[in-house]
Amino acid sequence: MGVLESLGLGLETALTPANLLFCLIGVALGTAVGVLPGIGPTATIAMLLPITFGLEPVTSLIMLAGIYYGAQYGGSTTAILINLPGESSAAVTAIDGHEMTKRGRAGPALATAALGSFFAGTVGTIALALFAAPISRAALEFGPAEYFSLVVLGLIASIALASGSTLKALAMIVLGLLLGTVGQDIYSGTPRFTFGQRELYGGLNFVSLAVGMFGVAEILRNLEGETRRTVVVEKVRNLWLTKEDVRRITAPVLRGTGLGTVLGVLPGAGHVLASFVSYSVEKRVSKHPQEFGRGAIEGVAGPESANNAAAQTSFVPLLTLGLPANSIMALLIGAFIIQGITPGPNVITDEPALVWGLIVSMWIGNLFLVLLNLPLIGLWVRMLTIPYGVLFPAIIAFASIGCYSLGLNAYHVYAVAFFGILGYFLIKLGCEPAPLLLGFVLGPLLEEYLRRALIISRGDPTVFLTRPISLVLLVLAAAAFALAVLPAVRRKREVVFEDE
Amino acid sequence: MDRRGARKDLLAGATFVAFGLAFAITASTYEVGSALRMGPGYFPLVLGALLVLLGILIAVTGFVAGEGGEIGPVPWQAAGLLVVALIFFGFTVRGLGLVPSLLVTVFLSAMAGRHARVVPAVVTSAALTALSVLIFVIALQLRLPYFGPWFG
Repeated sequence: MGVLESLGLGLETALTPANLLFCLIGVALGTAVGVLPGIGPTATIAMLLPITFGLEPVTSLIMLAGIYYGAQYGGSTTAILINLPGESSAAVTAIDGHEMTKRGRAGPALATAALGSFFAGTVGTIALALFAAPISRAALEFGPAEYFSLVVLGLIASIALASGSTLKALAMIVLGLLLGTVGQDIYSGTPRFTFGQRELYGGLNFVSLAVGMFGVAEILRNLEGETRRTVVVEKVRNLWLTKEDVRRITAPVLRGTGLGTVLGVLPGAGHVLASFVSYSVEKRVSKHPQEFGRGAIEGVAGPESANNAAAQTSFVPLLTLGLPANSIMALLIGAFIIQGITPGPNVITDEPALVWGLIVSMWIGNLFLVLLNLPLIGLWVRMLTIPYGVLFPAIIAFASIGCYSLGLNAYHVYAVAFFGILGYFLIKLGCEPAPLLLGFVLGPLLEEYLRRALIISRGDPTVFLTRPISLVLLVLAAAAFALAVLPAVRRKREVVFEDE
Repeated sequence: MDRRGARKDLLAGATFVAFGLAFAITASTYEVGSALRMGPGYFPLVLGALLVLLGILIAVTGFVAGEGGEIGPVPWQAAGLLVVALIFFGFTVRGLGLVPSLLVTVFLSAMAGRHARVVPAVVTSAALTALSVLIFVIALQLRLPYFGPWFG
């Protein structure tokens, strides 16, 4: 099937009234959680997963994806207006975006962010459409040994790009892999780590894990300090860009889009990295670098385009290999599984309407976002006046009902409490929860590929090194690990992430 | 050397060692098998041992470098209230039904906020329960009875 034909099928799927409606709901919800600090897209998607069970697979994925890229938009709105990045990738936008607001140029800053993001989202979607089919065709040749090495590479690369201690991130991955082994062993049926509780035979639920580690733990973080905030937002007037503005943002938008499209494919915090890299590139190539930090419009245009392009292309590993690039993609894997679809290179040929419908819906969603964000900016900002004392009990209520409704199993609710506390203390000790979630989702896969590969090779562990593709993947993983622990790279990385 | 920084890494290391040991020891009671025929215990045993090793490394590097920074305040009371709220929901939602169970759960969590007072928490609880019923039971058609069998 050619790209045009595929996009036609996608358009047909994405334009049904139900899919349009849920795309709109998704991006609106995403914008809301992006605007609101204290609740991120990961916790939101986790809480909504159980209730998407009744929807058509493509409809539910369209909505969940909308929450993800919608949150990127919402995060930049608050970053620009009140210097409060709702999402980590928007932290860079706050530097110059908020300076522009202070100088009465909030309107052009918001317009630049929206238009740059829309352009980048469009390019990202096209890149996704072009690369999805060839990559998944190549992946069909993979055997268990290649998959094992690919998963290892994905896990190692995700820590190489993360901020903070590499050792701790590695330990979090291993802990995640171990938590993923709870439940019945697929080969022998032996229940593992279940303490004799039948409810645990099916394994720990990743929805509970995600809601606990990203929802409850985040609430506890916010309850540590003063949470009252006074929001003073001036009325945004005049969204129009001047001719001079358009001239200044064109090149940064193009460069940001290119950077984001490439970096988004990388596992880990690809979209965060993209916006940071774009900012430093713009600062370096600028003829007037002294303006950066004082309201340079290029400092908004570049990073905003970069993170949105990256948000689109981070779907590439998910849709082609069935591997998540970050914790949100890990949750979407869960959404596939809930719908009875096994993620992997087969999905694109077995479920073309689903994959292409999702891809096209992302472009439509980006269009919705421009329409939702620019005229309705006041509405989103007003959401910031919702007191936190009401917001977090609402999160607890939705989390309880959502997790309980998964098979009406009370253990899923207890698990939220357990992972909430565990996640909170691990965060306090400097361990980010994202690698743990990735390890948890990939653990069962890793074990299965390992066991299958070794059965095929008759127990010969060198199979991972003698098969060329597997060897290349493992060498890349080793290189990524070496890079992450090398002192010179570490220092540079800390500079890149210092504002986070 | 900054002892406080070391404490953070020591605690993190100890946590990983504890989890690693717990998984490895339990895994060794299952059939471990060989590389060719891996038993259910093989994979977790190897990973558990790896986690112990990583935990020790984290503790040691923390002790040498000691740059972890302060742990900071912990909202013990809020953490306790949220845990009780969630466990209460799991334990009673079947018996009491959605409405009474959720009322108590939301009230308990609202009390976890800083400057929380009883009357606003009751109002929050009633409003959020009504909203949840509207979203989950009426709009999304989730089959959760309002009142459970414990009411006879």
